[in-house]
Amino acid sequence: MVKKVAIIGVGNSKFGIRQDVNIAELTFESVKPAFEDAGVVGRDIDLLVLGSVGSGGWYEEMLPAVIAAEYCGLTGAGLLRCEAACASGSAAVFTAYSAIVSGNTDLALVIGLEKMREIDTPTTMELIGRAGYYLWEFHNFGMTFPAYYALYATSHMAKYGTTEEDLALVAVKNHKYGAMNPLAQFQREITIDDVLSSPIVAWPLKLYDCSPITDGSSALVLASEEKVKELGIDTPIWISGIGSSSDTANLSKRLNYVGLRPSVIASQRAYKASGIEPNQVEVASVHDCFTIAEIMAYEDIGLCMKGDGAKLIQDGQTEIGGKIPINLDGGLKAKGHPIGATGVSMMYELTKQLREEVEKTRQAPLNKYIALAHNVGGTGHYCFVTILRR
Amino acid sequence: MGVSMPTFKSRPITLIYDIPNSKTLQFWDGLKEGKVYATKCKKCGKATFPPVADCSDCLSSEMEWFELKGEAEIEAFTHIIIRPSSFQQEKPYTVVIGRLNDGIKILTWLKGSKLSAVKVGMKAKLVVRSNSEGEPIYMFVPI
Repeated sequence: MVKKVAIIGVGNSKFGIRQDVNIAELTFESVKPAFEDAGVVGRDIDLLVLGSVGSGGWYEEMLPAVIAAEYCGLTGAGLLRCEAACASGSAAVFTAYSAIVSGNTDLALVIGLEKMREIDTPTTMELIGRAGYYLWEFHNFGMTFPAYYALYATSHMAKYGTTEEDLALVAVKNHKYGAMNPLAQFQREITIDDVLSSPIVAWPLKLYDCSPITDGSSALVLASEEKVKELGIDTPIWISGIGSSSDTANLSKRLNYVGLRPSVIASQRAYKASGIEPNQVEVASVHDCFTIAEIMAYEDIGLCMKGDGAKLIQDGQTEIGGKIPINLDGGLKAKGHPIGATGVSMMYELTKQLREEVEKTRQAPLNKYIALAHNVGGTGHYCFVTILRR
Repeated sequence: MGVSMPTFKSRPITLIYDIPNSKTLQFWDGLKEGKVYATKCKKCGKATFPPVADCSDCLSSEMEWFELKGEAEIEAFTHIIIRPSSFQQEKPYTVVIGRLNDGIKILTWLKGSKLSAVKVGMKAKLVVRSNSEGEPIYMFVPI
């Protein structure tokens, strides 16, 4: 009998340029509310899984899990750090989930953490640009992360007629919801013209097509069904299924550039594990590191046919009132994208959505209480899809 | 939560890696002669670029080298304006993924084309040219 796993406590720091805190203090900002939410303390936790990418790169510490554990009172718990690039947070959730499912532990803490603003922007671009295949695609060619997704954008535009305006619509929508989310890095709405007139980063992607460089942390307390009962948790949010997949390190070895195959496979695996169909999902967070990524995600996780992603955003189907509201926290685009924290923060948001605890203006209408988090690592190098149910 | 909070500087660090290439030396030497080599597995026949010393399909380590030639069709492109720190000295550059006639795909720069002329579906030729540091690299040029 496979054990059930629930999210019983959540916390999320303010996202943004957080020069006011070091990594330990930033972590504390999400762990404390997660503990208070669950009614536990650090010494109750058997296992801490921390998702983070930038240790020794974006920030100065090499062993963030150890520092987080000491600072938040978990020393003695089992510790590890997960890396799956921008999907490290989901990988951390998967790891803690697996530990509970297997009966290894009953209570685990997941932290997603990134501190990206302690170094200058060109160096950050350099480090992220190396996150593909340094030897073959960075060393001589200076790829950047926006450039990787721009390759997909030009290919998608050529094949399906997707336009720069379509991409801009994603940014406009996500800024609209970001402006309603006090935790978001960007707190203001923007227009299509703002996006189109912003400086080009890697054509066709402009500044406002790109998620920002962000500091942030997010935390979840995960528990077995027995522990949920023991603690008397009112509204556990159950992890109903997780699917994961991957693609080649070299972009040149990919089948095509109009979608991310691991998103297709990971989502199919998650739907199967959860026993649901895509049309049963009522609210989702998808990996909008760049505007084109959100349009491809619609298609890849089965919300529409391949090539119809732009139509979904044009018709407002991914806003509240549409077929399936997406990225109601502002997404990576407006909430911010602290790489290792993002996957955990998606689940923070969806837990709040399923509990109907978010700001009223950005609360998804729910009936079946099923949510989906789609978290891509690298340029589709990794993908995790997690389905949550109340 | 502004950008002018008190901070102090960490000790600096410089990392330069010595990347081994003894097993793919023919590729690197080939570039110096203006040739771009790929590998083909002697056991299962799988052709691979970038070149490899070991076959991911049949796990054989017996590879033969062959030269990449012919026309490519551009499948994707971008013009990189905001460059990483180690490419700050370069002018903005165009990166493409080109598919050669034999199906092998290559991610590299496209040079010698007006930006507005770069399109998905355009034809290009694989050549070896020196980069700004004087090192030979493979790239596409328009046909």
